[in-house]
Amino acid sequence: MRLLTHNMLSSNIKGVINGFPLRIEAERVVEKQVDFNPDFLKNMFSKIDWKALADASKIMGYPELPDELPDSSLLDSDEFLHKFHHALLELHLEEGALVCPETGRRFPVNKGIPNMLLHEDEV
Amino acid sequence: MSSRPELQAPPEIFYDDVEARKYTSSSRIVGIQAELSERALELLALPDDGIPRLLLDIGCGSGLSGETISENGHQWIGLDISRSMLDVALERETDGDLILGDMGQGLGLRPGLIDGAISISAVQWLCNADKSCHEPRLRLKAFFGSLYRCLGRGARAVFQLYPENNAQRELILSFAMRAGFAGGVVIDYPHSSKKRKEYLVLTCGPPSLSTATPRAKGEDGSSCSDDESSGDEENQTVCISDRHRPRKKQKLTKKGKTRAWVLKKKEKMRSKGNVVPPDSKYTARKRKAHF
Ligand SMILES: C[S@@+](CC[C@H](N)C(=O)[O-])C[C@H]1O[C@@H](n2cnc3c(N)ncnc32)[C@H](O)[C@@H]1O
Repeated sequence: MRLLTHNMLSSNIKGVINGFPLRIEAERVVEKQVDFNPDFLKNMFSKIDWKALADASKIMGYPELPDELPDSSLLDSDEFLHKFHHALLELHLEEGALVCPETGRRFPVNKGIPNMLLHEDEV
Repeated sequence: MSSRPELQAPPEIFYDDVEARKYTSSSRIVGIQAELSERALELLALPDDGIPRLLLDIGCGSGLSGETISENGHQWIGLDISRSMLDVALERETDGDLILGDMGQGLGLRPGLIDGAISISAVQWLCNADKSCHEPRLRLKAFFGSLYRCLGRGARAVFQLYPENNAQRELILSFAMRAGFAGGVVIDYPHSSKKRKEYLVLTCGPPSLSTATPRAKGEDGSSCSDDESSGDEENQTVCISDRHRPRKKQKLTKKGKTRAWVLKKKEKMRSKGNVVPPDSKYTARKRKAHF
């Protein structure tokens, strides 16, 4: 699972009001190269929750993103776009867990796939 | 005996390791999935500006449909309830991210960010109650409600599906509408029992030009010569309320062909100069079983 997906996912447990962002427990992180596409990044920039991405990226061992939401003029910087690209699309959480920020419920991640299935009493 | 997988077992049981492997090793299935996905993407009508979008593949399974999304240059997140199917997707090294999840529990995604969703032969599964805690209506409601929330304004969702009957189609559509979607059903090749394919095309947001249901394929008579209603563009989309086709009233023969259809076919064969038996009151009647 890439941080792109982590940035979209939120805890869906019944009664949880703010299930985003899920806290990452990283046991194993892998990197996979993806074609660089500035158009996609520019389109995603306004949708991304920046703080969640920067924090997640740090936990995954890549502390290169600015903590605060950067000005959109940075989208003209190649250097910035490449960092954004790497954090968003090339870092994979391979083994570990996603943890609901409100309830502490762990969603295990195996072979890169988070198990988001809820128990009966969580629906 | 029914050949409908939905009636045999819950999806996470039906799509076990064996079935999942069968799925991608059959070139017939691979071909069909690719074709259905290609058409679903077309119906999604994404802007033609070359910018890759972020799409959902609901019931992504082994990732065959996702591969079509990737081939079209878009990013995707796939959701499926069967770990075995997702493991096959992993083996195939698909480009999208995979999530093990149950659409009937609602999608846990932040609101308004997804550019579109496709789903191939999956949503009809929601109409079954596989566990004592399953209430199909609640699951349909949770699914369509959460899908509506996570899509951006004006984004579309396209579902290829095989409803069991009219009631099931109406049920699915009614929950989509209740969630706020506009749209309807597109039936490609409605007159061909083999090629007939059904797509639910939904748009997020109030009805507008962009929410008009797209045109179906094979309704213009070019590929189905026994089609009368050609010409009028308005008629090319068969909409949900199948009421215009009084199925029960028409006498169906064994193969489901009506008398009118047979008469027309005979007329056509005659016009081609073939020898065709004369029409009578027995034409297109079901034969009695002989001992
Ligand atoms: C006909 S297969 C589609 C396969 C997929 N398009 C592919 O390319 O392999 C239907 C899929 O829907 C999934 N499915 C059924 N019910 C589901 C549910 N409630 N939530 C998520 N996925 C479900 C099944 O596990 C199965 O993989």
